[in-house]
Amino acid sequence: MKKRFASLWFRHLKTDWMTVCKPHLQEVPFVLALAVHGKLIVNASNLLAEQAGIHVGMAIADARAFIPSLKIINEQAGLAEKILHFIAHWCIRYTPQVSLDKPDGIILDISGCAHLWGGEAAYLEYIVSTFKQHGYDVCMGIADTIGAAWAMARFGSEKTIIKEQAQSEELLSLSPAALRLEQFQLNRLQALGLKTIGSFAHMPRSVLRRRFGDSLLLRLDQAMGFEDEFIISIKPILPYEERLPCLEPISTANGIELALEELLINLCRRLSGEGKGLREAELSCHRIDGKIERITIETNRATAQVNHLFQLFAIKIPQIEPALGIELFSLGVSKVEDAESVQENLWDNRIGLKNPAVTELLDRLKSRDSSCEILRYVPAAHYWPERSLKIADTMDEVAIVDWQTARPRPTRLLKIPERIIVTAPIPDYPPILFIYKRITHYVKKADGPERIEREWWIDQGEHRDYYAVEDQQGQRFWLYRAGHYDGRTDQWFIHGFFA
Amino acid sequence: MLEDKRALISKLKKDLLVWQGVPQRSIDDSIMDLGTLEEAFPNGVFPRGVIHEFISFNRVDSAVSCGFIGGLLGKLMQNHGICIWISSIQTLFPASIKSFGVVPESIVFVSMKRERDVLWAMEEALKCHGITAVLAEIHQLDFVQSKRLQLAVEKSRVTGIILQHNPKMLLATSCAARWKVTSLPSQSEDELPGIGYPCWNVELLKVRNGIPGKWQITWSPEGFKVASEKETKVKDWTPSYQNLG
Repeated sequence: MKKRFASLWFRHLKTDWMTVCKPHLQEVPFVLALAVHGKLIVNASNLLAEQAGIHVGMAIADARAFIPSLKIINEQAGLAEKILHFIAHWCIRYTPQVSLDKPDGIILDISGCAHLWGGEAAYLEYIVSTFKQHGYDVCMGIADTIGAAWAMARFGSEKTIIKEQAQSEELLSLSPAALRLEQFQLNRLQALGLKTIGSFAHMPRSVLRRRFGDSLLLRLDQAMGFEDEFIISIKPILPYEERLPCLEPISTANGIELALEELLINLCRRLSGEGKGLREAELSCHRIDGKIERITIETNRATAQVNHLFQLFAIKIPQIEPALGIELFSLGVSKVEDAESVQENLWDNRIGLKNPAVTELLDRLKSRDSSCEILRYVPAAHYWPERSLKIADTMDEVAIVDWQTARPRPTRLLKIPERIIVTAPIPDYPPILFIYKRITHYVKKADGPERIEREWWIDQGEHRDYYAVEDQQGQRFWLYRAGHYDGRTDQWFIHGFFA
Repeated sequence: MLEDKRALISKLKKDLLVWQGVPQRSIDDSIMDLGTLEEAFPNGVFPRGVIHEFISFNRVDSAVSCGFIGGLLGKLMQNHGICIWISSIQTLFPASIKSFGVVPESIVFVSMKRERDVLWAMEEALKCHGITAVLAEIHQLDFVQSKRLQLAVEKSRVTGIILQHNPKMLLATSCAARWKVTSLPSQSEDELPGIGYPCWNVELLKVRNGIPGKWQITWSPEGFKVASEKETKVKDWTPSYQNLG
């Protein structure tokens, strides 16, 4: 399919944004100042200031000479980029592929999008007028290539559309600056009296290359469409995504539920047709005021069950703040896995993790509280107690090694071993008493020592000699001594409680 | 005459149990292997599909309760069932439960931040078929909460276990049984060295339609062993908790 691109150029990006934030600035000439080498320089100016003759790069002191009442605002670093990012995300409603064109523009890949708005002219008109309504001064160009669209946005009229394959004629009358060239190339072209693109476009390529370098030819080819150029979309297109634009803005929970159900039905039909199921999904609600509300869900097992997924989302619908209304819903799947085909059982009496009801339950628990953790443990091939088990990655993961049952392990293991005071007069024997939390326990019976070496290839430190001890009341503890016995009392720890 | 009356009363009692939904004794129910302890329950059957409540007042007791529960779960989960273990802070060390006959992989651990969510999660889990047992570790359970859990359990027949750590007050609940498990010095045979098999003092403080009591139970790889005959009925356990509320 033939590619079409649109370029948007914001003439007063930063000052427009300031005006939107603080409406009282609308009537006041103001500039954004930036300190360069200890001197304040005008970095952006609004239309009123520009009309008085102030331009970017001028010293603030000079600008004050033009307008004594000039308002000067210090610019924050990275402001333009932040605004552009925001605008670019907002533009996703016009096309899924949007990229930033720093410092003051945006490129849209509009191939196959414009007809939804009734043709390119209507599309362009709609976007420009929407930006105008929001208070942004924008110029827009549409062409076959990024270069030509860029040139038309900046050097054409406010709204320019170049017809298919017509960019070579249209560009010829423009200034060379429309080709996105470097400053030294522009200076040299100026010095040679080449004031339009047409004056050098048909020169032999070797001549141009010798005088201006490869980049000029590349830019020329890109603009003319002889060389491909790609944009890097700010949001990669997910392989499984459903979009639902709304004619009227939606602002009720009921409406959101209907939209969600419609999206899920379409998505799940596609997923189950391909034998896949989703593990993570995100519902983005694009509001008419430009904000995007998001809710995400996760599942423990790949699934394409509309009812179940709907329930998971439904718990979170109250989190969505529709404000004035939502005009676009998009449901993206960020993690897809192969799903086993579901056979409809008349009596579903499978017990355990194979039962879909169980995994659906776990999904529900997870979606209620995002800090909720759902863990299964499988044994790991380590003797070191903390590493003797690991968290299973999936619900189906089976143990590769056996659980160690040769020696008993405590039912409660302290996350961090706690220090105890002991009386241990004989080396390699358990202590005769120990004090833990100010209570003295007299050891009546003991097992041990069980020496567990530290795995030197994982971490450094001393080995542990574990003793299972029982006190006078029959309470059982797991104690250890770090390192070899040397009469010190600070090497004993309690690590757990036995049943 | 007196005999007739007794027979009539015992028959009426049995009928009452049936109407209350207490299961009849059958052969496959006797696998709990709790010996004389099971006599304390109505019809002499360890009740499933109800809520059991365990209380502990210190960390060792909670570890001990986990061990005893592990033994019970081992019997309950024999046919590849799964258990959901919900808690907010502390939890079981999975490697230990293998020696009580439970496959640690078949336990799904759920950790929630707040205790309210723990109870919510338990209620949701109890409604779900396909789970053998649900266990929740909390600090306090009141009557309304226990009633909710009981209602959830009545539909699905999942066994629920509540582990109360250090409750501020022991409130009346609708749980079918209230247990307290504490450790006892182990009995080593023939003066063998080492700590031997764990030995517990298992108290049934409350049983619905049953007789509370106190047993000494040893856990060995063969299973539970009730050490002595039922000693004495706990006559009045309330005074010992009176200062606690």
